[in-house]
Amino acid sequence: MEPIIYYLALSVILFSMGVVGVLVRRNAIVIFMCLEMMFNAANLAFMAFASYYQALDGQMFVFFVMTVAAAEVAVGLALMVAIFRAKKSIDVDQMSSLKG
Amino acid sequence: MHLLALDHSFFGLAPWVVLIPIIGLLLNILVGKRLGEKGSGAIATLAVGGPFAIAVTMALALLGQPEGATVPFVQWIHIGSLQADWAFKVDTLSVTMMLVVSGVGTLIHLYAIGYMHSDVRHNGDPGRFPRFFVYLNLFIAAMMILVSADNYLMLFVGWEGVGLCSYLLIGFWFEKGSGGIANAKAAKKAFVANRVGDFGLLIALFILFATFGTFNFGDIFANVGRAAPPVLLAITLFMLLGVAGKSAQIPLYVWLPDAMAGPTPVSALIHAATMVTAGVYLVARSSALFMAAPTAQLVVTWVGALTALFAATIAVGQNDIKKVLAYSTISQLGFMVAAVGMGAFVAGMFHLVTHAFFKALLFLAAGSVILGMEHGQEKAEKGHEHGYSELDPQDMRNMGGLREKMPVTFWVYLIGALALSGIAPLAGFFSKDEILAAAIQNNLAVFIILLIAAFLTAFYMGRQLLLVFFGKGRSQAANQARENPALITLPLIVLAVLSALGGILNFPGLNWMEKWLDPAFKNLIPGQFILAVAAGSLAVALLGLGTAWVFYSTRKTLALPGQPDPLARILGPIYKGMEHKWWIDELYQAVIINPYQELAKFLAQSFDQGLIDGIANGLGRLTAGLSKTWATLQNGYVRRYALSILAGLVVILGYLILRG
Repeated sequence: MEPIIYYLALSVILFSMGVVGVLVRRNAIVIFMCLEMMFNAANLAFMAFASYYQALDGQMFVFFVMTVAAAEVAVGLALMVAIFRAKKSIDVDQMSSLKG
Repeated sequence: MHLLALDHSFFGLAPWVVLIPIIGLLLNILVGKRLGEKGSGAIATLAVGGPFAIAVTMALALLGQPEGATVPFVQWIHIGSLQADWAFKVDTLSVTMMLVVSGVGTLIHLYAIGYMHSDVRHNGDPGRFPRFFVYLNLFIAAMMILVSADNYLMLFVGWEGVGLCSYLLIGFWFEKGSGGIANAKAAKKAFVANRVGDFGLLIALFILFATFGTFNFGDIFANVGRAAPPVLLAITLFMLLGVAGKSAQIPLYVWLPDAMAGPTPVSALIHAATMVTAGVYLVARSSALFMAAPTAQLVVTWVGALTALFAATIAVGQNDIKKVLAYSTISQLGFMVAAVGMGAFVAGMFHLVTHAFFKALLFLAAGSVILGMEHGQEKAEKGHEHGYSELDPQDMRNMGGLREKMPVTFWVYLIGALALSGIAPLAGFFSKDEILAAAIQNNLAVFIILLIAAFLTAFYMGRQLLLVFFGKGRSQAANQARENPALITLPLIVLAVLSALGGILNFPGLNWMEKWLDPAFKNLIPGQFILAVAAGSLAVALLGLGTAWVFYSTRKTLALPGQPDPLARILGPIYKGMEHKWWIDELYQAVIINPYQELAKFLAQSFDQGLIDGIANGLGRLTAGLSKTWATLQNGYVRRYALSILAGLVVILGYLILRG
């Protein structure tokens, strides 16, 4: 195995790209895609450590993360469909009625 | 005398002197209107006559047991060391007061039935008749509580009660008076001035309790020696403030002349015979305290003497028949206060009793004169005389020659005036002379002041007699006046007899009243009859009457409207001062009342509305402002929220990593 730092560096790059994407993009579906990227970055970090320390716990946790991600996307996409029906758009900047 | 003595078990009747007037007033409240004037008046008079009978019975019982007794009635306050119950103290001093209050009170109630019959019609509200008697009975009940109390707290209850009744009765015609509020303002003035006095009495009560741990008369007077002299001085001086308020002494006398706005029976009963004497009674009752504080006694004596002189000077310049009598009352109260201040308690109480007789007589007779003038006024109006509704029936300058028109009133007024002036052998001579005899032995300066006041007393009474009854009538109202019916004149005659013969009560040599009051006081100094003083005071009184004759007996006196008083020509600005009551009311208005109202305005507007409300409202505005500022955080943009989550995460992680 290559030094773990390469895997972690990749994980950090993926994660920060995902964060920037969530913050910058306005299309809700693209935000979900960036969110998935963040999940994947985390999964990568888990796997790297699991392999490095020869502990299966990390690999088990990846399963959990994937399951939760799937469930979350299902709910989120259902929300988007409902919002599109109401507002005819999925631009998150237009979903700002709950303001103080 | 002792053959008349009754068994001491009659003392148990004491609570009824308070309960019977209360029953009377309740009856008048509930069914007064239905009973008509005669019925409602009869109930009220019986409600005062009953206590008189009881007082007589208890007086006879006291002949056999002169120390009296304490009759417990109701348990009241039992808190820790404060034990104050409602018990009736039956001793010679309190029974004397009860006799005066209920005796003169009964006569005045009788008179009031006839007087108010005319008055409610003159003022246009016949339905208000029963209310008058409710208030009068309430007053009698409160006064009885005051004089029969066996502790200072109960006395204070009665004290406040009579102040309340004074307010209710002065403002009886609350919607009348100049400007529609003058009567109400007079009532308010009486209440407020009394309140200042009550404040003094309350402070005295607080110090009493702090020093002695009890309010009971017996317990306090037995332990006077254990209190420090400065404490006793403080107690007695604060009590003097209370006396100045209730008994109209300097500086709180200003309410009594204004109190003449009430109906005349009120002036007679409350502001001549009974309520105003409560202060004198307080000092007499607290004789043990005052005798132990000689400085306070000196102050009391001087306050009384100065008031006697000051008020007498004002009485000389007054033109309203009742105002002359009001200032005369203040002056005579000054005599009484000076007497009890000098330790001459018997002289003070004797003068209290005789003054009740002849001052009540004078006020009731003045009421009779006013009724006659009002009758003449109505008759003159019917004879198409214009402007006679504006004529003041109480102004002496509109009277004159009433001797022929109202003979009974004239004779009783003459007797009352001579008694007040101190002409032997009428009652006032003996009582005033006893005070002067005590003064010459005690304090020569006070004696001279009182002597001058006695001269002025005779002078202004002579002036009043001549202006009202002699000469020619100066208005149509006076010319058409007529005598009043028996319901009015009968009490006058009874009081005149009492004024004439009242001197017997403490005739020099017999000294019945002194022996009667002796058990109520400790170490009573016996009064002396000094012939030189008696002759001198008689001479001074005759001189006063003679001087009045010189000035006021000509036919042309004040014959033309607007003609100045004969005295004004001689005394000039001094007479103006007397007529304007030395501008004391204006002084109080400028020095006390106006600054106080300015302060109140300042506190209400700048301080309360401006500052306090400003702080309260400002806090609210501050909160609202802060909220608005923070609310801008929630702009509804999800991406902003996500950024703030990221920022928080970075901070926390950074802290955790850098920490350790």
